[in-house]
Amino acid sequence: MTGTRTITAGNLPDLQDALMIDGVHLPSRLIMGTGGAPSLDGLGAALLASGTSLTTVAMRRYSPSETGSLFQLLVHHGIRVLPNTAGCFTARDAVLTAELAREALETDWVKLEVIADEHTLLPDAVELVDATEQLVNRGFKVFAYTNDDPVLALRLENLGATAVMPLGAPIGTGLGILNPHNIELIVSRASVPVVLDAGIGTASDAALAMELGCDAVLLATAVTRAQNPALMGEAFKHAVIAGRLARAAGRIPRREHALASSAMEGRAEFL
Amino acid sequence: MNITLNGTGHTVASGASITTLVSEVTGRSLAADGQATDGRKLGVAVAHNAQVVPRSQWSTTALAEGDDVELVTAVQGG
Repeated sequence: MTGTRTITAGNLPDLQDALMIDGVHLPSRLIMGTGGAPSLDGLGAALLASGTSLTTVAMRRYSPSETGSLFQLLVHHGIRVLPNTAGCFTARDAVLTAELAREALETDWVKLEVIADEHTLLPDAVELVDATEQLVNRGFKVFAYTNDDPVLALRLENLGATAVMPLGAPIGTGLGILNPHNIELIVSRASVPVVLDAGIGTASDAALAMELGCDAVLLATAVTRAQNPALMGEAFKHAVIAGRLARAAGRIPRREHALASSAMEGRAEFL
Repeated sequence: MNITLNGTGHTVASGASITTLVSEVTGRSLAADGQATDGRKLGVAVAHNAQVVPRSQWSTTALAEGDDVELVTAVQGG
């Protein structure tokens, strides 16, 4: 009897395998930032195309002249908000900003950014550790934006960070993942979610982050400043899923020399 | 009386509460618990002399001459 074989997806992980953070299901593993978008309408379209479930916002002085509300846009689309402490250089400022965000947006989740200077925008490790400790003690769920330093990442986790978010490259550079080895090391030792944050330039960078074992990717500029933000948002949606699947599937080992995939045996011989 | 709101001079009625100030600046009507009466999220927070004031305490917090108030909201970023 000749039967047809059916390829089943039995060994594939569920495409919808949600990210669980603080008891919350996040269907998408793509966390979006909102900085750099020229208009609120365009931003909304890009966020929807990306399929994101969680999106960062910054806290700034209220201006009555500003038209439209980003917060209302996110609420309208059912996207959970993750306030950040962007622009803070000290633990004191970061803690105050987080407290303001908790009041304004009624969430105890915070993306903690404590940067050293405006030129590099790199995290200041000493202030970051101090702020993480203070915020955890105040009941915040801290998503700590950190250097790609496996030692620091573990320190932040031990202080009670809910997630650690190592950078791939400095914010806004689009240089991709400069030290994949360190990211792998951070992933291998972490027992909290690892989110690759900052430096992503294009879809393949996000796929690589997931292949390295990251639980999610956070990016803003790569989408908001792309020539077609909505199209790039969709590209990232697929890239994160592809990278996640590839990680689960198990890549082949790297080899020094070629390995034929067609058998040599049984070749026709031409005399 | 004169206070500083978001870094610039601002005049409010003598003894005005934070609720009065926030309502005036945002153009939204606020209940005593600090929530907007239209049922939609207000989405702002207040620091009064560098201390964050929970919205539940806005109506009972009176402003004084020379006070410094920061009123913030969510904007694009991150």
